[in-house]
Amino acid sequence: MLYFARWKIVLIVLVILSGAVSTLPNFLSSDTLRGLPNWLPKNQIVLGLDLQGGAYLLYEVDRNDYVRKRLNTLVGDIRQRLRDDPRIGYTGLGVQADGAQVRIRDLTRLDEARQRLSELTNPLVANMFGGQAVEEFGMTVSDDGLIRFAYTEQGLSQRMSSIVQQSIEVIRLRLDEFGTTEPSIQRQGEDRILVEAPGEGDPERLKDLVGQTAQLTFHMVDQSMSAEQAMQSRPPVGSVVMYSPDDPPFPYLLEEAPLLSGEDLIDAQVSFNPETNEPVVNFRFNTSGARTFSVVTQRNVGRPFAIVLDNEVISAPVIREPITGGSGQISGDFTVESANDLAVLLRAGALPAKLTVVEERSIGPGLGQDSVDAGRVASLIGAALVIAFMVLAYGRFGVIADLALITNVLLIFGALTALQATLTLPGIAGIVLTIGMAVDANVLIFERIREEARAGRSAISAIDAGYSRALGTILDANITTLIAALILFQLGSGPIRGFAVTLAIGIFTTVFSAFTVSRLLVALWVRWQRPSHLPI
Amino acid sequence: MLLKFIPDNTHFRFMRFRTISFPFSAVVFLVSIALFFSVGLNFGIDFKGGTVFEMKTNESPADIGGIREQLATLNLGDVQVQQFGAPDEVLVRVQEPEGGELAQQAVVSQVRETFGESVEFRRVEVVGPRVSGELAQAGMIAVSASLIVILFYIWFRFEWHFAVGAILTTINDIVVTVGLFVVLQLEFSLSSIAAILTIIGYSLNDTVVVYDRIRENLRRYKKTPLPELLDRSINEMLSRTVMTSVTTLLALLALYYFGGEVIRSFTLAMIFGVVIGTYSSIFLAAPFLIVLKLRASKVVGNDGDSGGSDKDAETASA
Repeated sequence: MLYFARWKIVLIVLVILSGAVSTLPNFLSSDTLRGLPNWLPKNQIVLGLDLQGGAYLLYEVDRNDYVRKRLNTLVGDIRQRLRDDPRIGYTGLGVQADGAQVRIRDLTRLDEARQRLSELTNPLVANMFGGQAVEEFGMTVSDDGLIRFAYTEQGLSQRMSSIVQQSIEVIRLRLDEFGTTEPSIQRQGEDRILVEAPGEGDPERLKDLVGQTAQLTFHMVDQSMSAEQAMQSRPPVGSVVMYSPDDPPFPYLLEEAPLLSGEDLIDAQVSFNPETNEPVVNFRFNTSGARTFSVVTQRNVGRPFAIVLDNEVISAPVIREPITGGSGQISGDFTVESANDLAVLLRAGALPAKLTVVEERSIGPGLGQDSVDAGRVASLIGAALVIAFMVLAYGRFGVIADLALITNVLLIFGALTALQATLTLPGIAGIVLTIGMAVDANVLIFERIREEARAGRSAISAIDAGYSRALGTILDANITTLIAALILFQLGSGPIRGFAVTLAIGIFTTVFSAFTVSRLLVALWVRWQRPSHLPI
Repeated sequence: MLLKFIPDNTHFRFMRFRTISFPFSAVVFLVSIALFFSVGLNFGIDFKGGTVFEMKTNESPADIGGIREQLATLNLGDVQVQQFGAPDEVLVRVQEPEGGELAQQAVVSQVRETFGESVEFRRVEVVGPRVSGELAQAGMIAVSASLIVILFYIWFRFEWHFAVGAILTTINDIVVTVGLFVVLQLEFSLSSIAAILTIIGYSLNDTVVVYDRIRENLRRYKKTPLPELLDRSINEMLSRTVMTSVTTLLALLALYYFGGEVIRSFTLAMIFGVVIGTYSSIFLAAPFLIVLKLRASKVVGNDGDSGGSDKDAETASA
C-alpha cells in the first residue's frame, strides 16, 4: 500500500491542482478575472438564495378558476350554436360540476343538435409527434334529450400543461422587461411554476408583476340605466356591473362582451400628460385592433367606454372624436412606478389563468451577507479546532491528516465551483460537518496502524496493513452516509438540496484524500525517514 | 508527546451494561414516543403552513411589546413574537389563516405595510396548506426510504442480524432525537429532517465501524463467547469512536456558536445526534447482536484462521 507508481503520483497532483485552479476564481475580484487568459476557469461558486438574498416564489395555476372560466365560455358557445338559424329549442343550459349540460326540448331534433355541438368537444393535438388527438370534452347524449359535456382527464391535464407553458413565457417576458437579473422560471410538477429571482430586494413588486393576470379589455358603458339602478334591480341581459379600484369603489354598468382586449395590443409605453404632468400609459393596437377601434369610436362619439384590467375599471373616458390612428392612452391614478409596471404587463400579455402563490421565501440581502460571514467564521474556527486536535492526538501523522483535510476542503470547493452546484447555508453546515467527519477516515487508519504495531509488526508493515485493512471499513461507513445524502437530495428543495450536495461531494473527496493524499504523504515520509518505530 | 484520550488496552465490560442500558434506553424511547403523542412537536411552517417574518428593527433591544400590539390590530389570529439572534432582531410567526393561499398573501402585504420602512425585512417565508402537506409527506418518505435502503445495504454487506441491529439502533436514535425536539420545543422544520437524515448517516457510520470489527473478530476468534468478543471489539474501536466524536463535535460546536441563528437548531439537533449515535453504537448496536442470537458459526468464512494470531497479512511492499 505504500508504493506509488510515478503516474499515480502525477495523477494525484493533477487532481489537487485542478481542484485548486477551479477554486481560485472565488478569491479573485471580477476585474482580475476578466484579465485572466481564456483557458483558465472563471466560474465562481453559485450562492443560493439564502446566501445572496432573493425571492423564491412557487406559483400554482388555479385549476378551478380556469375550469370555471372555460366552462362559461363553453356554455356561451352552446347557446350560440343552438340559437343559430334554424333555432333549436333548449332548456336547463348551465355549468354543472366539471362539465356543462343542456336539454333539447324537441327530441326529433336531437341528432341535429348533436351535430351542431359535436365540434365543441375541441380535439387537441396530443403532442408534437402526432400522437392521437385528445378531446378536451367528452360529449354524451341521452335519449331523453340531455346533452352533457364533461372534461376528459387527458384533456384537462393537457390544457393545464399548455397553460403552464404559456404562463412561463409570459412571466419570462415580464421579468425581462422589468430588468430582473437572472431570474429562473421553471415548471414544477403538473401545474406549478417556480420563479427564483436572486438579489431581488422588493419581492412584493415582483409578486405584483408575476402574479397579476393583466387581462386588459375595452367595454362600452351601458347607458340604458344607471349603475345604481342595475345594482338594485338586475343588470340588463349582456351587461355587468364592475367597479373602479378606488376606495370606496365606484360602480360602472358595462356591456359584458369586450370590444377589444389586450391581445390586440402591440405596444405600451409610459409617457406624461403634458397638461397635468401625470404619468400615463400610451398603447398601440395591431392592424385589426386599430380597425375595430376606429369603427367603434366613430359610431360612439360622445359616449363613454371603459378600460378594464382584471375586472377593475381603471379608466372610463368619453370618446370625444373618432380615434383612427390605432393608438390610445390610459390615464388613471398612476405613479411613475405603477404606470411603468402596467406598460410592462401590457407588453408581455396576459396570463392564461390565475396564479396563486403557494410557497414564498424571500431573503433580504443583509441576512444573506450575515449568513455568508457567519458560515465563513464557523468553518474557519471549526477547521482550526479539528486541525489543532489532530496534531495534539497524532503528532506528525496528525499533520499529514490535516494536510489531507485541507486538500479535502479545497477539492470540495473545487467540485462545487466546477459543477456550478449551489452553495447554501445548510450547504456550509455540510462542509463543516465534513471537516469534522473527514478526519474519521484518517483516525480509522491511524488507530489501525497503532493496533498493528502493538500486535508486533514493524513500523512499515504496520502502516501498510493499517491502510489496507481500514479501507473496507471506511467504504462501508461512508456508503451509508452517501445513501442518506442522495435521498436527501431527492427530497429536498433549495437550501436542503445544497446540504445534500456538499455532504455527498464531501464523502467522495474524503475517501479520495484519505486514500491518496494521506497515504502518499505517509509513503513519502517513510521513504525519506525509513522509520524503525512509529511516532504515533 | 501525544495526547492519548483513551489508553491503549482498555477492557471495559460493555456487555454487562446491557442490563442497565437496555431498560434505560427502552424507557427513554417510550417516553419520547409518549411525549410525541401527548405534547407533540413544535411544527414549523414547513409542515404546518403559515408565515414567518424575520425583521431587524431600528432600536436595540427591539420593542417586542409594541410590535405585538401593532400586530394585534391586524387580527391575524395566533401570532408569536420573539427575539431572534441579535437584540434588535425579531421573529414573527403567523399561523395559517383560514381561506388558504390568497388570505396568506394578504397577511404578508398587511404586515409589510404596517411596519413599512421602520424595519428591515430580513426574511419572509410563506408556506401554503397544500405545500406544507406535501413537504411533510416527502419528509416521511425520505426518512423511511433511507432506512430501507440502508437496511438492504447492510444486509448485503453483513449478516441479517447486523442489518436488523443497525436499523433498530437507528430507529432508537431517530425517536430519541424527535423526543429532544419535543422536550425543548425546538421548531421542527425541513432542516430538522435534514438533521435527522444526517444523524441516521452518522449513527450508522459509527455502528458499521463497530460491526465491521465484530465481523472481523468473529472470523478470528471462533471460540470466544459472543459477549466477550463484542466487548473486545468495542474496546478495540473505542479510541477511534471517541476521537471521531470529538472532532465532529468540535466542528459542530463551532457551527453552533458562530454559524448564525438560522441554522442553530439544525446544529443543535446534530450535536445531540452525534452523542446519541455514539452511545447507541456501543450500548445498543452491539448488545442487540446477543439478543438477535448472532452465532459465530454463521459468519465464519473460509479463511480458517482461528486463534489469536493474525499473521496472515500480506507483507509490506514499500
